[in-house]
Formats: sequence, C-alpha cells, structure tokens
Amino acid sequence: MSSLRLLAVSWWLQFKMIMRSPFDGFGNVIYPLFFATTAFFVFRAGDSPRTLIYASFGAAVMGMWSSVSTSAGSAMQRERWWGTLELLVTTPRHFSLILLPTTLGLATVGIYNLAATLLWGRFLFGVHLTIAHPLLFALAILGTVLSFAGLGFLFAVSFVRFRAAWVLGNFFEYPVWLICGFLVPLSFLPDWVHPISWALAPTWGMSAIRESALGGSPLPDLGACLGLGLGYIVIGVLVTDRVLRAARVSGSLSLT
Amino acid sequence: MAAIEAADLRRTYKTHTGTFRRRAKEIEAVRGISFAVEPGELFGLLGPNGAGKTTTIKMLITLLIPTGGSARVLGLDVVRQAREVRKRIGYVFGGERGVYERLSGYDNLRYFAELYGVPAREQKRRIEELLELVGLKGREHERAEGYSRGMKQRLHVARGLLHDPEVLFLDEPTMGLDPVGAREVRATIASLTEAGKTVLLTTHYMFEADALCDRIAVISKGSIVAEGTPLDLKRGVAQGSVVEVEVFGVADEALERVRALGGVVAVAVEEREQAQVLVVQTEPDVELTQAILGHLNGSDVGRISRREPTLEDAYVALVSE
Repeated sequence: MSSLRLLAVSWWLQFKMIMRSPFDGFGNVIYPLFFATTAFFVFRAGDSPRTLIYASFGAAVMGMWSSVSTSAGSAMQRERWWGTLELLVTTPRHFSLILLPTTLGLATVGIYNLAATLLWGRFLFGVHLTIAHPLLFALAILGTVLSFAGLGFLFAVSFVRFRAAWVLGNFFEYPVWLICGFLVPLSFLPDWVHPISWALAPTWGMSAIRESALGGSPLPDLGACLGLGLGYIVIGVLVTDRVLRAARVSGSLSLT
Repeated sequence: MAAIEAADLRRTYKTHTGTFRRRAKEIEAVRGISFAVEPGELFGLLGPNGAGKTTTIKMLITLLIPTGGSARVLGLDVVRQAREVRKRIGYVFGGERGVYERLSGYDNLRYFAELYGVPAREQKRRIEELLELVGLKGREHERAEGYSRGMKQRLHVARGLLHDPEVLFLDEPTMGLDPVGAREVRATIASLTEAGKTVLLTTHYMFEADALCDRIAVISKGSIVAEGTPLDLKRGVAQGSVVEVEVFGVADEALERVRALGGVVAVAVEEREQAQVLVVQTEPDVELTQAILGHLNGSDVGRISRREPTLEDAYVALVSE
C-alpha cells in the first residue's frame, strides 16, 4: 500500500516538474508537430487516405516514443546535476520504486504528444480519423504508455551506473521509429529485423492503437505490449541492486 | 555500543590520465581511519578541502563501498545492512544542490517523506513541525528556485529530519552561507543534540567545530592526525605562540624561507581585505619576530603582533605537518 502511494505521489510530483519546465514544455509542444508535419507531407504524396491515417497514428506514437527515449536518460542526468541522485539512493526504498514513477511521468507527457499530433493532422492536413473502438483505443494508448515507461525504466537503470548512457536514449530514438513500424509496415523490413521488432513493446503498442482505431482486433497486440512492458520492469527491478552496487563501488553516483 | 564506528576505513578511487595512452591511477582518498562516536554526541570531522571528509561520510551513509576496513552505524554494517542503516540515518550536505527547484519547499519535503516511509497520517504534522523548526513557515508553498541559499540549506536540514533519524550526518552544512544564515543553521544543529540525536559534522570552519562539537577528529590527506575535545586540541599547541605580520604582497620564496627557520611550527597566509596576514606559529620560548622580518625584505610590512594560539592555529599546525 505504501509502495503504491509512493508510486502515485512520485508520479504526480515528477509530472508537475516536467510541466513546469519551460524548455521541456516548449519542446514537448513543438517537437511532435514537426514529426506530424514531416509524416503528413511524405505520405500525402502517396495520395491514399488510408496511408495518411496510417501515418498520422505512426507520427503520434513517434512523438510519444521520442519523449520517453530522450527524456528517460536525461532525467537521471538531471538528478545528477541537481545533486538529488545521491539523496534518492540514501533513502531506504528500493531504487526501482523511485525510478519507475519518473519514467511513467515522462511517458504520460507522451499522451499529449499523441493528442497534439492527431489534432494537428485534423486541422492542418484535413485527416479525419474515426476511431472504430474508442474504449479499446483508450486502452491501447494506456498500455503503450505503460510499456514505454517500462522500457524507459530499463534505460534509466543503466543511466544510473553509466553517466554517458543518456546519449543512448537519443541513439534509440530513430531506429525504433523504423524497426517498430511507426511509419512503414514491418513487412517492408528485412526478415532478420522482425525478431528485434517483436521484442520491442512499441511495435505491439503501435499495432494495438492502429487496430483499435481502424476496426481490427487489438487485444492480442495489447497483451503482447503489456507483457513485454512488464518484462522490462521485472528485468529492471532485478538488475537495479546490481547496478547500484556497481555505482557505489566505482563512486560514480556523485559525478555529473 | 557506539552510534558510529569506523575501523581502519579505506577508500581508493581509480582514475585515468592521458587521452590516447590511458593509464589507470589509484588515488587513496581515505587511508585507514578509525574513530567512534557515542550516542548523543556531536562529533566533528575537521579538515581542509580534499582531506577525505566527504568520502568518509559517504562510506558511512552507504553511498560508497569502502575498499578496506569496516564501518557500523547503530551496530549495523554499512555495506551488508545498507537498507537498515538508511532507515535510521539522515544526511544533509551544504550548498544549493540537492533540491528540486521546480517544486515548492513543501512538495520537496512531501516527496522525501514518502521515500522515507513516513506514514501518510503523520506526514502533514511532521512537515509543519519541521517548517517551523527551520523557519520556513509561510514560504513553504513557493517554488524552491526562488529560495535564498540559506533557505535551501534549511530545507535540507528539514529533509534530513523528516523520518526522525537517530543519527545525522551533516556534510559542511553552512558552506557558502552568509553569517546570519550560517548562525541560524548552527543554532538548529545545536538543538539536535539537545533532542538526543547523534551528529557527525564535517566542516573546515574552525570556530564552527569549536562552538558545536563535543569532540573533533582532524583529518588531513586521508588520515586522522589528531582527535580530542576542542580544548585538548588547543592544549596541543598552547605551549607555543603566534606571530602575525601584516604584509602587502609576499613572495612564495620568502614564505619558504620563513618556514625553514628553526623553531617554526607552521606558516599560513590569510587574506584580509587588501592585505595578507602571515601567521607563524612558533615553539615555546623562541623569539623569531626579527628573523621573520629579515626574510620579508622587499615586501611592504604593516602591523606586527604576538598572541596566544587558538584552535585554528592548532588545526593549521596539524594539517601542515
């Protein structure tokens, strides 16, 4: 009960901090609109309304992913700069309970990215979206947010030990757009890429969002997305103690 | 049972030199120190920058794993029982870092109250009490980014006390504060031992250690060079005397020559407005004023005085050895 309360309070305070940062706020407002604009221009050339709808959901999830992948790493880096990382480690809570709400807060901002992209497409490019299963669509978004938070959490655990690892967050941003089928269907990619795509929750989250919006059956995709997200969290929790011990041995917690 | 116990505690860091030909180098930050702090005692770890104070404190609060020796807090091993130790200690460090600037002071405390597992029903009352104690009542709902350095420091103290820890580690808590702010923080520290807390304080301010600490260990280059009450340490140099010479620009070579004089225990230079003050500690019954002035040829010399040694002189003598 106390752990759940910690998760809820920490999530809310992290969310508050993200929303109060003028630079983060500006980036979060502007960034997804660039993705959307690029995607709409590229796919409008194809002259197929279905392709454009496909692209608009892809661009929306791109924004969500970018928000998580780049900020999960920099969030830990910021804790170092602020001098709060050491304070967090000296508290008696399991460190994963401290990290998880941070990445969950970042993933929540991703919901805005998704909404902003879809509205941008609607009003600027005239892409009319009809959501076939609104409830399942909402669930698919929630599941995707949770799985992104799980993946961000796994990243963040490694960022605690390796100071420069936040760069990896940026590195993972673009390949995931391609590998997880945000912009082009997975069938366009070489066969050897498919196992990598299947191991990444964003692939299934993306598919669940599209299926629920376009009238398919999103539940298997949603299940895979949540299962993988949970898997990332379990792995993260298991390695947290080892990573923290390594950081305490190397003395890297106080380094910025 | 001692509240804090360090036995032959050591810590080395690995660092690298060179860009293309990288060479690993080991730096010994703490070289086998031992001390014990009794329950309810305010113990000072005193030393210059880089002496190993912060490294020692970080090993005791479980942030660093020692490379040798052992340490126990309230009988708990800081490596094997780290989580138990963390429940029972508080940690406060000096400076402006360690605060979530975009959150209010209240939210900062609320977050750490959750992290320390302060029961939900008690949180509000506890936070209110601490805001009152550190004098932040009325400003708690403002964002911490607008707080002065002193206010942030007091917020740190409140955070360190949220879970009512038995032992508090204060790492240079008055660093960078103006005299009024520092006095307020010192008053809060003094009230902690009155409330029965055990406190380990690191500082390089002599008068702070003198005013607050029951006992002091002087640490220099990773080793403890003296330990005792402030009075014991003063007695260590009370036999000699101190010559202070006001100079305007003193060359390093002149300092070296003064240092080499027979009967000189320690030499330090203090900056005072436009002038510098050369502080020379001498052995008992030695008159060196003329010899010192003889080596300062070429420098403009102002006021010259002779006085009894203070705790600061004891400290300078110890860390200069």
